[in-house]
Amino acid sequence: MKKWQCVVCGFIYDEALGLPEEGIAAGTTWDSIPDDWECPDCGVAKADFEMMEL
Amino acid sequence: MCDYDVVIIGTGLAGYSLAREFRRLDKHSRIVLLTADDGRSYSKPMLSSALKQGKTADTLAMANAEKMQETLSTSIITNCTVEKIDTEAKQIFTNKDTYQYKNLVLAVGAQPIRLPIQGEGAKDILSVNNLTDYAVFRRHLSSAKHVAILGPGLIGCEFANDLLHADKQVTVIGPDHYPLSTLLPETVGTALQAALTAKGVTWHLNTVVESVDKTPKNYKLVLKNGVCIEADVVLSAVGLRPDIRLAEAANLTTNRGIMTDKFLQTSAKSVYALGDCAEVEGKNLPFVAPLMQGAKALAKTLTGDATAVDYPPMPVVVKTSFYPLVILPPAPFLVGQWVSDSHAEGIYARYENEEGQLVGFALSGAATADKQKYVKLMSD
Repeated sequence: MKKWQCVVCGFIYDEALGLPEEGIAAGTTWDSIPDDWECPDCGVAKADFEMMEL
Repeated sequence: MCDYDVVIIGTGLAGYSLAREFRRLDKHSRIVLLTADDGRSYSKPMLSSALKQGKTADTLAMANAEKMQETLSTSIITNCTVEKIDTEAKQIFTNKDTYQYKNLVLAVGAQPIRLPIQGEGAKDILSVNNLTDYAVFRRHLSSAKHVAILGPGLIGCEFANDLLHADKQVTVIGPDHYPLSTLLPETVGTALQAALTAKGVTWHLNTVVESVDKTPKNYKLVLKNGVCIEADVVLSAVGLRPDIRLAEAANLTTNRGIMTDKFLQTSAKSVYALGDCAEVEGKNLPFVAPLMQGAKALAKTLTGDATAVDYPPMPVVVKTSFYPLVILPPAPFLVGQWVSDSHAEGIYARYENEEGQLVGFALSGAATADKQKYVKLMSD
């Protein structure tokens, strides 16, 4: 499972953990998250995330 | 004379985010961004965790101006100093060219506040509010062992935390009783102080720097309480003031910031303000989340769909990795009190109004994992 980091604020989306409070189940891959999803910390668009090296 | 549909002054997060949001809706209107610097795009929040991330000023830069021009399909004029804005003729005079606009967006950010300090070392005090400043800071840091930071606020504490990752000795100085005193209840502020002290940070609170003298080796700081400190680098992080110079000269209504309504429009029709320079319906919120909300709303407004900015609860994340914080400060006019639930791993602090409703919060350490839950509680 991969981790994705918001390039603006550093928020990390961990595929293994998901975001249950937002209805994104643990194990949800980055690709499966809708395109209109935004960073929960800063509001930046999904397209502006970067894959973080593990 | 260059004619544009939209002129944006500033290529920080606000200017570039607005251009990006605009282009999602409109790929053809002519846009130019004017910037006094080199136009490199970067994230300001990342400056204060760069050492931990192993980044340099150059690797913090995400794209240069040329790449941004291509990506955004806009013109970008770098090293451009705006001299005057004529809101009647809708013209902008600069050291490069004169630009004609249909709509103008001021995204000029804020300037670091510089305290009046005596001594020949005072002029060497650094402040970091952009990538260029950061490059200078890192150059001085490479040979430094001890850094003195003026200002135990959000930026000061993030930098203190980050310097620990580079094994620097850190001293933080300021008049506050405890760190982040304007945002945090005392329980959380003192817990942050203790956590950073445990990692080696020295604090001189309840005092200010009176003078900074220069020696052949380093700097000598004399504090009002009589304490003398030696440091290799002195970093000032005492606060920001919105940059209202161009707005004032153009006779726009200003207060602390450039005043706008909920559509981000200033007192001049067709002139808008966004980001750290803006005071939207009386609120100046120098953080990323309000900026992003503003950029999205303004892009719609500029493309014909007038949209008021919407500010949902937007917690501030403080990247003090050794003791992280998530803060949703209560609105200034709200009457209430802080109620803290402290554990060794972290604190849950609620700001409750007279009816006992949650109108603000501060979470620290392990408690920050519950931030979404608290945001939801605020929205209910």
